[in-house]
Amino acid sequence: MLKVQDLHVYYGGIHALKGLSINVEKGQIVTLIGANGAGKSSTLRAISGLIKNIKGSIVYNGREIAGKNPVDIVTAGIMMAPEGRKIFPHLSVLENLMLGAYTRSNKAEIEKDLVWVYELFPRLKERSEQKGGTLSGGEQQMLALARTLMGAPDLILLDEPSLGLAPLLVKSVFDTIVNINQLGKTVLLVEQNAFAALKIAHYAYVLEVGAIVLEGTGKDLIKDPRIRDAYLGG
Amino acid sequence: MSWAMFVQHLLNGLTLGSLYALIAIGYTMIYGILRLINFAHSEIFMLGAYSVFWGVTLIHLPWPIAVTLGILAVAALGVLVDRVAYRPLRDAPRSSALISAIGVSFFLQNLAIVVFSAIPREVYRPTWLETVILVGDVRVLPLTLLVPVLSFLLMLGLIYIVYKTKAGLGMRAISKDIETSYTMGVPVNRIIALTFGIGSALAAASGIMWALRYPQLQPIMGIIPGFKAFIAAVVGGIGSIQGAVIGGLGLGLVEIMAVATFPELAGYRDALAFVLLIGILLIKPTGLMGVKLEDKL
Repeated sequence: MLKVQDLHVYYGGIHALKGLSINVEKGQIVTLIGANGAGKSSTLRAISGLIKNIKGSIVYNGREIAGKNPVDIVTAGIMMAPEGRKIFPHLSVLENLMLGAYTRSNKAEIEKDLVWVYELFPRLKERSEQKGGTLSGGEQQMLALARTLMGAPDLILLDEPSLGLAPLLVKSVFDTIVNINQLGKTVLLVEQNAFAALKIAHYAYVLEVGAIVLEGTGKDLIKDPRIRDAYLGG
Repeated sequence: MSWAMFVQHLLNGLTLGSLYALIAIGYTMIYGILRLINFAHSEIFMLGAYSVFWGVTLIHLPWPIAVTLGILAVAALGVLVDRVAYRPLRDAPRSSALISAIGVSFFLQNLAIVVFSAIPREVYRPTWLETVILVGDVRVLPLTLLVPVLSFLLMLGLIYIVYKTKAGLGMRAISKDIETSYTMGVPVNRIIALTFGIGSALAAASGIMWALRYPQLQPIMGIIPGFKAFIAAVVGGIGSIQGAVIGGLGLGLVEIMAVATFPELAGYRDALAFVLLIGILLIKPTGLMGVKLEDKL
């Protein structure tokens, strides 16, 4: 579904990604783990069209999308929940959700998806008129996930969804990701919480200073001694 | 001051205030989205006034058509200014766009001098606008009633766009977080262009009504009203549309009332706006309706 090949990203003089290649199969949860500054976010931002200075190829459903602008990427069916959730604090929950559906024009279908998203996240329905900024961290992460769903994407990019959440909430966020995946959405998940990510991932890549150093199924990598030492605390 | 006089001054203040408010809205919307003070806005106001003068006296268009065409042309010019002078500088330091704005302002002023000449022009006014009506003891010009009403309708239209339409949702999103708006698929540059179009259309409407009320056109006529409207936007809390309206109306009322109460101070009329600005900013640095906007670097 998504094939990234030999991707290079330059950030004001810094060579953040040095020839990264990953492959995301339809229907899977694929995770990209690695330490802070390894280039995880850069990968997602490059796919989303937020970084202009890139080299290499990003093929989505057989179409080259590298260097396209963010609106085209969203229209093509890729939505990202950015790092730090980035809820619009001054807009209502409903308005935040409608922003997720910005590129769509079929009102009836948007309305149908809204009902569906509210069923998935009843909490958001209760708070639909409340300002996004008044939600708790966990609720904001749910809203960030729900907002991507409103774009009717086939592929969802998640940047550190567990960041800053209490352990109990982290579990519920990961349960939700599995749930969304089972509903037919392909997920590319970037995480520092390697253990939780590997547990739910069909396939995983380990990123170190801008390049993939290890890959395998989630199950295999969780047992891999190199991973245990470096990311799972021995 | 008699009661009738008071009402008359009040109406005059509201009229002047609405004209300030319409200009101030453009400043505040563009600042809210780009953190840019669009200095060319005064010239957009001036060109709005000229456009109708040319449409009516030179091409002999009927008033409604001249007004519509004038507003559309000036709105398009506002969009063009953004495209040519600001959009290429979107990723540059903000002071670059500010300098560009000052440049555009000078350019348009001098272009107007070349095209329209610096000689002040009289504006032809339909006679029914000049006929004084008596409401009880209150003597008013139809224009004095028309301006606040029309301005109010324009503002209602604006509020509808900003709070009830998809484009308005895009505007409100961009004003908080451009990058996340991109991530959601909001066509950011198109929405910014639309904001310039709407802001310029309102300034043009203000310019046209201004020309009917103070019927003399000059290429530099935008400077003082532009400054005052900018002050109104800052006093009201820059970035807030409600603030721009309150600031504009407030400034208009204070100006007219102060001069009416202390006629000997009439010469200090323009200074009053600045005194008000300094006074309010000392008490409330974010302006009356203002919230602190984080700097975008």
